[in-house]
Amino acid sequence: MSPPDPPPLLHMRGIVKQFPGVRALDGVDLQVRRGEVHCLLGQNGAGKSTLIKVLSGAHRPDAGEILIDGRPVRLPTPDAAMKAGIATIYQELDLVDGLSVAENLFLGHERARCGFLRRAETDRAARDLLTRLGHPEISPTCEAGRLSPAEQQVVSMARALTRNARVLVMDEPSAALAHDEVDNLFRIIREMTAAGVAVIYISHRLEEIRRIGDRVTVLKDGRTAAAGLPADDTPTERLISLMTGRDVEYVFPPRPARPADGPEVLRVEGLTLPGRFADISFSVRAGEIVGLAGLVGAGRSEILETIYGRRRPSSGRVLLEGRPVRPGSTETAVRLGMGLAPEERKSQALLLDQSVTANITLAALPRYASAGWLDRRRERAAALEQIAALDIRPADPRRPVRTLSGGNQQKVVLARWLVQGRRLLLLDEPTRGVDVGARAELYALIRRLADDGVAVLLVSSEVPEVLGLADRVLVIREGRLVHQAPAVELDEHRVLNLIMEGSAA
Amino acid sequence: MTSAGSDRSRETPVKDVSGRPAGEAVTASARPRPPRFLRPPVVPSGVGAAGRHAGLATALLLLVLVGLITKPDHFATSSNIVSILSLAATIGVITVGMTFVIIGGGIDLSVGAVMALASVWATTVATQSHGPAMMAVCAVLVGTGAGLINGLLIAYGRMVPFIATLAMLVAARGLAQRISDRRTQLIRPENNAIEALSTTRVLGLPLLVYLFAAVVVVGWLVLNRTTFGRRTFAVGGNPEAARLAGIDVRRHTLLLYTLSGLCCGIAAIIIMARTTTGSSTHGDLYELDAIAAVIIGGTLLSGGRGTLVGSILGLLIFTVITNLFILNGLDTSDQLIAKGVIIVIAVLLQRRGLRTAAVT
Repeated sequence: MSPPDPPPLLHMRGIVKQFPGVRALDGVDLQVRRGEVHCLLGQNGAGKSTLIKVLSGAHRPDAGEILIDGRPVRLPTPDAAMKAGIATIYQELDLVDGLSVAENLFLGHERARCGFLRRAETDRAARDLLTRLGHPEISPTCEAGRLSPAEQQVVSMARALTRNARVLVMDEPSAALAHDEVDNLFRIIREMTAAGVAVIYISHRLEEIRRIGDRVTVLKDGRTAAAGLPADDTPTERLISLMTGRDVEYVFPPRPARPADGPEVLRVEGLTLPGRFADISFSVRAGEIVGLAGLVGAGRSEILETIYGRRRPSSGRVLLEGRPVRPGSTETAVRLGMGLAPEERKSQALLLDQSVTANITLAALPRYASAGWLDRRRERAAALEQIAALDIRPADPRRPVRTLSGGNQQKVVLARWLVQGRRLLLLDEPTRGVDVGARAELYALIRRLADDGVAVLLVSSEVPEVLGLADRVLVIREGRLVHQAPAVELDEHRVLNLIMEGSAA
Repeated sequence: MTSAGSDRSRETPVKDVSGRPAGEAVTASARPRPPRFLRPPVVPSGVGAAGRHAGLATALLLLVLVGLITKPDHFATSSNIVSILSLAATIGVITVGMTFVIIGGGIDLSVGAVMALASVWATTVATQSHGPAMMAVCAVLVGTGAGLINGLLIAYGRMVPFIATLAMLVAARGLAQRISDRRTQLIRPENNAIEALSTTRVLGLPLLVYLFAAVVVVGWLVLNRTTFGRRTFAVGGNPEAARLAGIDVRRHTLLLYTLSGLCCGIAAIIIMARTTTGSSTHGDLYELDAIAAVIIGGTLLSGGRGTLVGSILGLLIFTVITNLFILNGLDTSDQLIAKGVIIVIAVLLQRRGLRTAAVT
C-alpha cells in the first residue's frame, strides 16, 4: 500500500504478544511514515496499549519484527527504544514534580562536566526548546509540579525532543486538557511533523482524529482490522464498523425473560462532583444489572466511588431503599448494605499477604465475633462456603491471596461481599486482568446474584461486556449521562457512537 | 490454551501448588518461557512465621549457651535471670505496643519519653499523697493520654507518624524535666507497695515479670484472636482496601497509638518498681530498642505483617546480649556495635525469606 521507494519510517510487522490466558496481540501490522500523524483506533482490549508498550520497550513481543528506516531493530528495554528514536508520552505524565522544568527535560542525560551539572547551559537549552515549541512563558527553573496539566504536557513533549525522537507516541494526550489547550497541542504536533517527526496518536475522540490525523489504523482483537485509512474522509460509520463485531469468546448468561420489577434499591439524584461528573440521576432495582458505559476518564468510576462514599459530591444525593445515605463515608455505605469491587483490585481491595479467609471476612468481621473476640472456626466455615460456592481455586482458605490468579482474586473480592447479604453491589471493571475462561464464570456469578435480588451497578470499558451482561445501559460521556436504554435495544455500534461522537475539542 | 495454572505447575517444582498431574507440565514445556515478571510467584513453603520464630529461638538458645560457657557460675544464677527478665519486662511492655503500631503501618518514637513522663507524673508529691494505687493509675492515664494525642495528630491531623511522635518525644521529655525540675523523684516509704512489684517473688520471679507476661499474653490474644487485631493487619497492609471494606481506618489508627501509650504507662509502673524513682531520664533510647526488637522479630516496618512472638524473641536476644557483655566485663561500645550488626543480619536473613513471596 505504501509507495514502493522510501520504506516507512516505522514498520511493525506481525507483532504477537501472549499473556497468560490472553493473546493481546495476534499479528499486528503498523506502518508509519515520516512526518505524518498516524492515529490508532480500537476499543478497549483491542491491543492498542500493548502495541505501544512493545514499541516503547516495556514489553517484548513473542513474534514479529520492528523496522526503522527499513532496518530491523530490537527494543528490549525502554532505554533501547529511546536510543532508537522512539519517545512515548503516557496518559499519566511522568515528570518529577520536585525537579525544575529544565532538570526534567534532561533527566537521565544531564548536561554535565565531570559529574557537575552545567545549570546555566541546561536552562538555556531548555528555554530554547520551549520557545521553539511556542511556550516561552514556561520558565525552565520552575518546579514541574507547579505547572498546569497542559504545561506539563508541553514539557513532556519537549523532553521527547531532547532525545531527538523520530517517532513520538501519544496516548490520549488530550484527556487531561481543556478545549483551548487542545488547539495548542495540535499546533505543536504540526510543527513537529513538519520537522519530519512521525506521531502515533491514540484517542477515542473521532473529531480530534479528523482534525489532526493523516492516516488511521484500526485494531480489533489484537489484529490490524484496517491500515492506512485517510483520517479526514473515512466515514465515521466505516470506522465504527471496523472496531465493532469483536470476536467475543466469552459467554454471557441469559437475561431473565421479563425485566426486573423489584423495588428500587438505589436512587441517585443530581449527583455532581465538579470536574468529574455533573447532574447524574438514575436508579437501580433489586435484581437488575445496570451497566455504565463510557470512555476511561468519562467519570464512571468516580460515580461509583461517590455512591459508595469514597468521594463526597458537591451536590445531589444518594438514596438506598428510599433513605438518603450520608455522603463521604464508606463505613456507612457498608453498614447500609453496599459493596464495592474497585477498579484496582490489588491496591484497593486485597490484602495480598493475608490468607483467602482473612480477605473474605474482612468487611464482615463482627459477624464472626462476639465482643470483639473472633470465632475462627465460624470464620473459616464461612470462607470455605464461599470458596465452594464461587469455585475459588485452589480451594485453600489459608493460601495468601497474592498467589491466586486474577480471576480467583476477583472472586475473593466478590466473596467478601457475599458472606453478608448485600442490597447493592458496585462492580468497577470486574473482569480486568481476568482470562477468558474465568470471565464467563464471573458473568454467570454476577447474574446469579442479581437473580437472588441484589441490585448491581457495573462499570466496564468493554462495550460488549456491558451490553452482554447488563439489563439496562447508561452511557456516560464527559461526566454526563447522555443516554439510557434497555441493553436489548442497543448494539455495540450505537453505544460506541454515543461514547465517541461529538466529544472532541 | 495456556492457563496460569499450568504455567505454575511447570515453573515451580513445589508440589501441591495446583494439584495438576505432571503430564500437563510436559506439554506446556514446549512453549517459550514467559519473561520473569509474568511467572507466578513461588509460594514460600515453611518460611512463614513459624520458621522465623524457630530461627530466632535458635539464636537465643545459642546466646544462652555462650553465657553458660563463658560465665558458668554467673549466667545461670537466679539473680542474673531475674535481672535479665526485669530489664526485658520494661522494654518488653513497650515492645508489645510498638508491635501493634508498626503492624498497623505506623511508628512510635515517643515511647521512652512518654514512659519517663508517666513515671515523673506518678511520683510527684501531689500524686504520691494519694497512695500507690493512684500512682499506678496516674502513670497509665498519662501514658494513654500521650498516646491519644499522638493518635489524634496522626489520624485526624494527618501528620506523618514519624514527625508527630518525634514531636511528642521531645515535648514529653521536656515536660518531664519541668515537672521534676530535673530531679530524680524518690518513691516515699509509705508507697513502697509499688516497689513490691519488684521485691515480691512468686516461684522465684518478681511480680513485674508476671505483669510483663500478662501484657504479652493479652497482646497476643488481641492481635491474633480479635477483630481489632485482624483490622490492625488490614489497616497496615492496605489502608485503602481497609477503608473500602468499611473499616474506620482513622479511628483504628487513633486506637493503635493510644494502645502504645497505655503500654508506656504500664512500663512506667515497672520502672518505678525497679528503681523506686520517677525520673525524666528514664527510658532514654528505649524507642530504638523497641523498634529494633520488632524488626528483628520479622515485622515489616511498612506494616501489615508481623508477629508479637517474634518481637518478644527479638527483645530477649537483645537483653541477653547486653547481659553477656556486662557479665564478661566488655565495653558497652562493643555491645552497641554487636547490636547494630545483629539488626542488619536479621533483616538480611528475613529479606531472603521474603523475596520469593514478593515477586509480582
